[in-house]
Amino acid sequence: MTPDLIYGVTGIAVFAIGLVGAIVAQNRLRRVLALKLCSVGAGFVLIVAAWRSPPDAPDPVPHALVITGIVVMVSATAVALALIRRLHSLEAEDDA
Amino acid sequence: MIDTMVIFDLLLAVAVVALAVASMTTRDMFAAIVLFVVFGLLSALAWVRLSAPDVALAEAAIGTGVTGALLLRTLHHVQTVERKAAPEPLPVPMGVQIANAAFCGLLTLGLAAAFAGAPRGGPGFDLLVADAMSISGVDHPVTAVLLNFRAYDTLMEVVVLLAAVIAVWQIERGLSDAPAPALGEVWQGFARLTLPAIVVVGTYLLWVGSSAPGGAFQGGAVLAAVGLLLLLSRLYVPRPSHRGAARVAFVLGTGAFAAVALLVTGGGRMPFEYPLEHAKTLILLIEGLVTISIAVTLAALFHGREPVALPERAAGTGGRDDA
Repeated sequence: MTPDLIYGVTGIAVFAIGLVGAIVAQNRLRRVLALKLCSVGAGFVLIVAAWRSPPDAPDPVPHALVITGIVVMVSATAVALALIRRLHSLEAEDDA
Repeated sequence: MIDTMVIFDLLLAVAVVALAVASMTTRDMFAAIVLFVVFGLLSALAWVRLSAPDVALAEAAIGTGVTGALLLRTLHHVQTVERKAAPEPLPVPMGVQIANAAFCGLLTLGLAAAFAGAPRGGPGFDLLVADAMSISGVDHPVTAVLLNFRAYDTLMEVVVLLAAVIAVWQIERGLSDAPAPALGEVWQGFARLTLPAIVVVGTYLLWVGSSAPGGAFQGGAVLAAVGLLLLLSRLYVPRPSHRGAARVAFVLGTGAFAAVALLVTGGGRMPFEYPLEHAKTLILLIEGLVTISIAVTLAALFHGREPVALPERAAGTGGRDDA
């Protein structure tokens, strides 16, 4: 039982939960949340791939990739949330 | 010693998965976002266990902190702008449910098989990076990869952030009565006390990135928290006349990064091939300007709508709207 095995399985489980959520959820905000879970799951797997058993330093390239991924994900999330806000306002105008 | 850490890892893994499930199944959307924030922080803790403190800092600050604030801001908007006749969600047909479950199951099995088959702990790029550290200009491998060896990726990442803020301003153009969330007056005192501390922490994270975990993205996200607190406590209210300065701040990071990349070329050097004696100075210069851009951009993404006076309807009605 090494940390890479434990957290690798965790990452795949989190990705699967996010995938199900993104497909099944009907609330738009929850769908964005589900996609964010997928990205965290992918991050887990990449960081596990970079891990080396303790005396050795981990591989920095996947770490840099995950940091890039986190920033790209926050950008995508911000645009998705702006679309949700706009869509909601338009629907509220239609109702009135 | 090792056994106790395995127990800790197992407990943490179970907690992370349980929080992910809970944030998907909780009915209340506010609770779901709060659970997601806890999930993000525990994931960051797990990444510290996997000796990835840089990624953990970025996930805690950007992936959880800023993302959580963005989600809560949108939830506030969705709950404040009432819909009179929101349609009931349609029931999903049985066949579709089965197809969805089969698709998710197959994909997860495929991923698990790929993970089981992939070599773990094997040599990746670590030896290459270790060999090249002496010519990178910094002492911290992750910063060396981000700002030197794979600087092109990082430039594109800053461009994505710039594209996001342009897209958000376009999407919300003409949206008038955006009810901005606001904290009460007590928070203004809190903000005055904490803002200087956050500025110091953010700047320290930026500076320390050349030799230890930290860097432009983590520092930028912490400084973005300053912007969020200023906006929420109404110590700063964006005005149409501030747009010029905001645009300069958005482009500053990308512009400086690209300019340095191109200016170091010549004399047989490629773009991003910093001269060794100036490498650290150039990297810190890029990081400093990129940090300012990231902080301003993330705060603008939180604020959302471009601060522009609307012609037909009176703007500024959302000013005193407290949750």
